[in-house]
Amino acid sequence: MPAEGLLAASWLLIALPLAGAAVLLLGGRRTDRWGHLLGTATVVAAFVLAVACTVQLAGLAERSADVELFTFIATGDLDVTAGLLFDPLSALFALLITGVGSLIHVYSIGYMAHDPARRRFFAYLNLFVAAMLLLVLGNSFVALYVGWEGVGLASYLLIAFWYTRPAAATAAKKAFIMNRVGDVGLALAIFIMFAQLGTTSYAGVFGSIGTLAGGTITAIGLLLLLGACGKSGQFPLQAWLPDAMEGPTPVSALIHAATMVTAGVYLIARSAPIYDLTETARTVVLAIGALTLLIGAIAGCAYDDIKKVLAYSTVSQIGYMFLAVGLGPAGYVAGLAHLLAHGFFKAGLFLGAGSVMHAMNDSVDMRRFGALWKKLPVTFGTFGLGYLALIGFPFLSGYFTKDAIIEVALDRDDVWGWVLGGIAVIGAGLTAFYMTRLMLMTFFGRARWEDGVHPHEAPSVMTAPMIVLALGSVFAGALLVAVFPLSGWLEPVFGEPEEAAHVVAPAVIGLVVTVVMAFGVLAAWLFVGRREVPVTAPVRVSPVTRAARHALYADAVNESLFMRPGQWLTRALVWVDNRGVDGAVNGLAAGLGGSSARLGRAQNGFVRTYALGMLGGAVVVAGALLAVTGG
Amino acid sequence: MIETPDLSWAALAPMLFVFVAASVGVLVEAFAPRDARHPAQVGLALAGTVGAFVATLFLAGTPDEVTAVGALAVDGPALFLQAMIAGFGALSVLLFAERSLDPARSAFVVSAAVPAGSPRDRELTTVPRVQTEVYPLALFAIGGMMLFVAANDLLVMFVALEVLSLPLYLLSGMARRRRLLSQEAAVKYFLLGAFASAFFLYGLALVYGATGSVRLSVVREAVTADGGGVLLVLGLGLLIVGLLFKASVAPFHSWTPDVYQGAPTPVTAFMAACTKVAAFGAILRLLYVAFGAAEWTWRPLIYAAAIASMVVGAVLGLTQTDLKRMLAYSSVAHAGFLLTGVIGLGAGGEGSGLSATMFYLLTYGLTTLGAFAVLTLVRDGDGEASHLSQWAGLAARSPLTAAVMTLFMLALAGIPLTAGFTGKFAVFRAAIEEGAWPLVLVALLASAVAAFFYLRVIVLMYFSEPVAGGPTVGVPGLPTTLVLAVTATATLALGILPGAVLDLAEQAAIFVG
Repeated sequence: MPAEGLLAASWLLIALPLAGAAVLLLGGRRTDRWGHLLGTATVVAAFVLAVACTVQLAGLAERSADVELFTFIATGDLDVTAGLLFDPLSALFALLITGVGSLIHVYSIGYMAHDPARRRFFAYLNLFVAAMLLLVLGNSFVALYVGWEGVGLASYLLIAFWYTRPAAATAAKKAFIMNRVGDVGLALAIFIMFAQLGTTSYAGVFGSIGTLAGGTITAIGLLLLLGACGKSGQFPLQAWLPDAMEGPTPVSALIHAATMVTAGVYLIARSAPIYDLTETARTVVLAIGALTLLIGAIAGCAYDDIKKVLAYSTVSQIGYMFLAVGLGPAGYVAGLAHLLAHGFFKAGLFLGAGSVMHAMNDSVDMRRFGALWKKLPVTFGTFGLGYLALIGFPFLSGYFTKDAIIEVALDRDDVWGWVLGGIAVIGAGLTAFYMTRLMLMTFFGRARWEDGVHPHEAPSVMTAPMIVLALGSVFAGALLVAVFPLSGWLEPVFGEPEEAAHVVAPAVIGLVVTVVMAFGVLAAWLFVGRREVPVTAPVRVSPVTRAARHALYADAVNESLFMRPGQWLTRALVWVDNRGVDGAVNGLAAGLGGSSARLGRAQNGFVRTYALGMLGGAVVVAGALLAVTGG
Repeated sequence: MIETPDLSWAALAPMLFVFVAASVGVLVEAFAPRDARHPAQVGLALAGTVGAFVATLFLAGTPDEVTAVGALAVDGPALFLQAMIAGFGALSVLLFAERSLDPARSAFVVSAAVPAGSPRDRELTTVPRVQTEVYPLALFAIGGMMLFVAANDLLVMFVALEVLSLPLYLLSGMARRRRLLSQEAAVKYFLLGAFASAFFLYGLALVYGATGSVRLSVVREAVTADGGGVLLVLGLGLLIVGLLFKASVAPFHSWTPDVYQGAPTPVTAFMAACTKVAAFGAILRLLYVAFGAAEWTWRPLIYAAAIASMVVGAVLGLTQTDLKRMLAYSSVAHAGFLLTGVIGLGAGGEGSGLSATMFYLLTYGLTTLGAFAVLTLVRDGDGEASHLSQWAGLAARSPLTAAVMTLFMLALAGIPLTAGFTGKFAVFRAAIEEGAWPLVLVALLASAVAAFFYLRVIVLMYFSEPVAGGPTVGVPGLPTTLVLAVTATATLALGILPGAVLDLAEQAAIFVG
């Protein structure tokens, strides 16, 4: 139904941060002194508005509001309109984006205090928030695509924020190119929708998707999935995400942990009516989710770079979400609950990592950390809570949301349900291992600091957001699963929640997962905590460790499977282009230029020539008219 | 005893505003002290044009009227086009009034009667006085154009044609710098214009001979009755030649580059925007009101002229090295695109061709006014730096100027999200609806070719090294700033949210008569 009241103003959600970005980018150096405050204020204002809109939405009988923005061209059959859709699903994301976004903006005020380009940083962050909100609030796949590309751009700009560092520039390029691969899929899916259904609006597509042939629906589903994999760092497009950690840490927290990388999950959840019709595409989603959650967890065990470990953890956790949304109706809710909980604790973990780096002269090497819990008590406390939430310590966020996913998987009640549930449980164990390893290497053991490093706690402008996020990591899961069940809130989007089959009692699952987790923690203590951590990584290691250190050779696979053949193809195409296409184009251009020069000779500046030309024209006109009338 | 004709003063109000202001301007010229003339004339000209614009807004929505004993048709299209002419006229007057760019404080000559290059002329080059007659002249031209688009009578149309043309000939010769080039342009324009007027007049005589009347409605009846004899068709052909000349459609375009280049740039801007509107207004009225029934007689001709104009404009534009000449060929190409819209007005005046053509005139007029306004900013010691090579690396020196010029170039090329795209989209769609897809195909190819020379300006500004001793970018005074702000905003707005204006054009698109 059409939006009324505050909901009609929900376009302001996008406009506020966008205006912030515009002022900061166009205002130039004049805005240096107060730019970061403006940037933060716009996002906080957007958050307040999002809360108010959500409250109003909750009070509506039909919980969905259309906001028509404008009509670009409405002539005849072609009708290009742009609008927003504020429904429970987009409300969740709007709250997450603006809420976590506000906290991270506040944190960045402290984190980027000494960076000469702080204004530019806040401008890009604002741009990101605006694009991400457009992505989740748009009422059509085209609006989603515009936001999708917008966040891609913001992500590129922010990864390469310190563009003078070659590693950052390369990482940004890698992220951009690998995302492009996914974007092609998304674009093709939208083209197919438009060609087959004549519309790209959610209402239009979902209303008539059933009329398409099964193969077409599967194709759309798989292409959308390709887009989702690119954005969310899922197999086989996961390699860019760890490299993206070259960006400033608040960026890693907001974009590459809490929000942008979950856009793929949003896309699949939003396209639920499409996936409901194609078993094949759903199975592929499941497979990719399961595979990625293992790859991420294994790679996370071997890295010494604190941010990369967290990045692989993100890859792995998004794998859980994909797994969940691949499971169908009950899974959507479980996946989104995990997404929200993950948004809190992973953002908190990244901010904690940023605080540690802040204390350690921007070092990320965990082998040179150790014994930091005494020096950084607030960071240790908040990071610790995030850690416990992530590994699924009983009654913290991760415990509820991860168990819910495993529960839904087992409820399939077939072999595959057991396989997927098993993978998820193994993943939980691995998660416990690598996160405990990270905790031990960073906060416990002997201090292995480099000379001249004097760790100190971050200013309160940085610790305050960490504390808020830590509280979120503790309570979010319980709130979303037990107190205010998300399934009820999302009912208008995914329909009435089915009664869970409870093939295995939830208590049993909780117990099993907790035991496996405890094994992971124990193993980490045995391998890492008990022993002295060498300052340089040992070279003689088992093949398994070596493979994990190379992230299971994802880059090598990409290089040999895609990059090399790609280069050959490029060379061949360049050859064809130089010989064939350029020849034709240059020939055409030369031909046009030549005829231009020849025609131009008639323009000789003499009135007599011009008059003669006109007379000739008049004679032709008269002759032609007479010929036409047959006179 | 002569009976006074029945006049609807209200319907004539827009034209009266302009003509009264022009007449008062002549009196000001005669009686006001020299120092007071410039401000007074600018004020008068603005009052006249803005008053006319507002008057058209008040008249919009009132019933269509044929007045002055049937000689004038004040209908939707006439009012829409008059509003455009008055609006563009006001913007042009602002460009005329700019006093802060040239060190000698105006683009116009001090005294046009002093021979160029004479000692007296050299004395006068630095005197900040202006030949203030340009304002009444411009007002008469604007009035003539407004009369032209409302003329319901071939004789009135001819009178209007002369009223609008004669001041333009004079204005073209009034440049302050490069006076010989300017005067040469004026003479060429006058000679060729007179030639074209003669065609028009002869056509008029033939039509009168065939039908016994110059009233468009009577001509229409005659055409419907006998389908058009040789005399009538020949008359139509000559009338069209006269009008195509004014619209600078190939092959009657040869005056355009020389005159656009020689005339003072504000006058060029004025001609490009307003003359185009007036000429196409008259073409549409003549073809659809008088000769609508003989549609299949003139359709192939307009079809061919459209193709010729698009191809000639686009191809010749490629090798131009002077921005003003380039914009002149662009104007020729755009005349072709406009004729595509004329073709889109189908049998019996149905279809969306009329509204599309009017909308295109609006977008083209705004963009071209803006482009010429930017051109007046970039100067070297010898006046405007209109050679392309001088614009190299301009973006580094003046990013804002370069950005605004980029916007106008993109709009002229028809890139989406600018007014140029929406305009092209509208006329092409109208033509396709009438089945003229081959014409649209040619138009698309011509657009692609033409895009080259628009984009070249952008490439030059952004990606070339600045030339040593290159031009300076002047700081515009309030008038030019105002023009640039209005045209740039409108170019963007009509590209992003064209809906309201398109609707307005659609509502206005019914001829009476």
